[in-house]
Amino acid sequence: MNMANVTTQTRREMTGARMVVQALKDQGVEVVFGYPGGAVLPIYDELFQQHDIRHILVRHEQGATHMAEGYARSTGKPGVVLVTSGPGATNAVTGITDALMDSIPLVVITGQVPTFMIGSDAFQEADTVGITRHCTKHNWLVKDTSQLSDILHQAFHVATTGRPGPVLVDIPKDVQFATATYTPREAARTAHYKPATKGDPEMIARLVDLMERAERPVLYTGGGVINSGPEASRLLRELADATGFPVTSTLMGLGAYPASGKSWLGMLGMHGTYEANLSMHGCDLMINIGARFDDRITGRISDFSPNSIKAHIDIDPSSINKVIRTDVPILGDVTEVLRDLLAAWKARGSRVNREGLAQWWAQITEWRGVDCLGFRNSDRIIKPQHALQRLEALTKGHDRYITTEVGQHQMWAAQYLGFEDPNRWMTSGGLGTMGYGLPASIGVQVAHPDALVINVAGEASWLMNMQEMGTAVQFRLPVKQFILNNERLGMVRQWQELLHGERYSQSWSEALPDFVKLAEAFGCKGIKCDDPADLDDAIMEMLAYDGPVVFDCLVEKHENCFPMIPSGKPHNEMLLGEAETQGVIGAEGGVLV
Amino acid sequence: MSPLNIEKGSSKHSAYDLRASFSEVEETHTLAVVVDNEPGVLARVIGLFAGRGYNIDSLTVAETDHTGHRSRITIVTTGTPQVIEQIKAQLGRMVPVHEVHDLTVEGAAVERELALFKVAGRGEARVEALRLADVFRANVVDSTLESFVFEITGSTQKVDAFAELMRPLGLVEMARTGIAALARGT
Repeated sequence: MNMANVTTQTRREMTGARMVVQALKDQGVEVVFGYPGGAVLPIYDELFQQHDIRHILVRHEQGATHMAEGYARSTGKPGVVLVTSGPGATNAVTGITDALMDSIPLVVITGQVPTFMIGSDAFQEADTVGITRHCTKHNWLVKDTSQLSDILHQAFHVATTGRPGPVLVDIPKDVQFATATYTPREAARTAHYKPATKGDPEMIARLVDLMERAERPVLYTGGGVINSGPEASRLLRELADATGFPVTSTLMGLGAYPASGKSWLGMLGMHGTYEANLSMHGCDLMINIGARFDDRITGRISDFSPNSIKAHIDIDPSSINKVIRTDVPILGDVTEVLRDLLAAWKARGSRVNREGLAQWWAQITEWRGVDCLGFRNSDRIIKPQHALQRLEALTKGHDRYITTEVGQHQMWAAQYLGFEDPNRWMTSGGLGTMGYGLPASIGVQVAHPDALVINVAGEASWLMNMQEMGTAVQFRLPVKQFILNNERLGMVRQWQELLHGERYSQSWSEALPDFVKLAEAFGCKGIKCDDPADLDDAIMEMLAYDGPVVFDCLVEKHENCFPMIPSGKPHNEMLLGEAETQGVIGAEGGVLV
Repeated sequence: MSPLNIEKGSSKHSAYDLRASFSEVEETHTLAVVVDNEPGVLARVIGLFAGRGYNIDSLTVAETDHTGHRSRITIVTTGTPQVIEQIKAQLGRMVPVHEVHDLTVEGAAVERELALFKVAGRGEARVEALRLADVFRANVVDSTLESFVFEITGSTQKVDAFAELMRPLGLVEMARTGIAALARGT
């Protein structure tokens, strides 16, 4: 093969716009969520002339980012977003920030005004890299077509390497039109960004020693287990089953360990189970695997798990010792660390403190007996917890994916739905973005066309991005929108009841739409249910319908979400029900969110 | 049930510092950060400090390796040990950051800054200013019949001391570079 051949095979001249499409193809991208506009027209022209990459036309750029998040979270692959300059980019900011907080890999491509107009306050100009500098893992403004393909490949590398996160590439329109040589994926400069994935063997040995001696251990797992890939969940299950250590998880980590597993304690944190939170409070060895001691988890820092040795496995050095002093920090990828940890523990004889563990489980069984998720059901009005229990029962055995919006319904979904596998649960944890669930469910359905995808929603959150029903209908995505409609901003209302003397300032909506008619206006099916006796049939009708459904489930308007650890309280001071709510949050807790 | 009796303390063999608890005493550290010399990199570093509420006492930046496109940012910051550790970890995970050195804990370092002082005056004050500049080994880099511009290099303390002395002698303006620092030895 002569040199000329090598050159034509590995390096090709093309426009910047074609480079974008070529780079996406080389990265294995199958679908792009986007919205066209003046500054990305050349890229859209290239998309028009090919059939390898599918484009999902959204109704608002925020929707595109959440769809990409749902796609990424449910597949483990990066989600790709394509939007125009100015308002296209600023509309994407919420979703990008959401992805940063929850460590979701996104590659966001934005158009920009031509380089010679940057800084002139041109039409639809915004300082996109400036605006998104704080909400991306990294971003680039490409000023020269010769750098474009290299940067695009770097962008995918950065988004998916180490702790995943969103990246943004801002491409001025003249850079899209100009021609340069395409840099293939293998030739891109990615070597400089290589976070360590292998844990320190000495620290792993130290943890093994602690595991052998611990009387009251607990595995506290987070979204990092999911992000590390399915092998991490498999290793976690092996570890939990082999050691008999109890397992709890953050909101983001649900599904890494199966809800039906014998060591499962339920979710922990502000609305976590009694047994999970008391186990965290009373443990003597806490093994944090890919979680970050979020304030929803820790409650009052000074009283957080006061008598435990804390080990922390995380790929991000800034997560370690950020909030809670860690005794055994292990910097690395969850999969690699768990593999090494299991090997080291087995090599030393697979020992645990059986006597201590037996006592610990006896204590946990006692806590479980409290039945903290019990609630008073009704045959006159649908309780939201009951609705979710029925949804759970009627969808068991389905190839099921759940997304949520943000608020009470989200916590109830986390409490009452069981997740058996990773990547089946998509929710906005860190940023708490109302309006996440509907577009996320669309992104999931795009990735899994034959699966059952349900967005458990509140009516207020759902209205924030309801325009995306148009996207669902256009692309024949049969997403089920299960709206627990209490005609209130439920979580705001709950806090106002507990914290602000039952003064319900702006926390209920008048003039809600007729959701059935709204569904029909979009061209999908609407179902309304307000009687517990009809609920099962209505849910079955939703499941049987081949197309998108908006399910308006009218529930008890004043139900509160329990258990609850009030802000500023430690784990052992949780509220289990209405009777315990009088004056529980002091002035100190009141300033917290 | 009794808590596990596990000794806490630092391990010589470990990269990690296992002090028993965080100290609440604020410390001043000098950090040297080697970054890609690319547009916006300084904004990223400063934005990190602003966004997370860290202090910047002094900051200098310039390209140090033209062919490698590297710049060196020297930051003097104040915070509790936990905050200092966080700052280093946050800097370290930024994509364009190649190295983070804490010169305060990595052994002896030399720290210098350069300052320019404009001192106006006549008669005795002018003579005294010139005499003190000589004591401090400051150079005169501009002179009129009624003013001097002195250039002084040294530690922050030396520059501070010189500023205090010049104030009553007619200090008009001063410009300081902030600290540049390097570890001693090889």
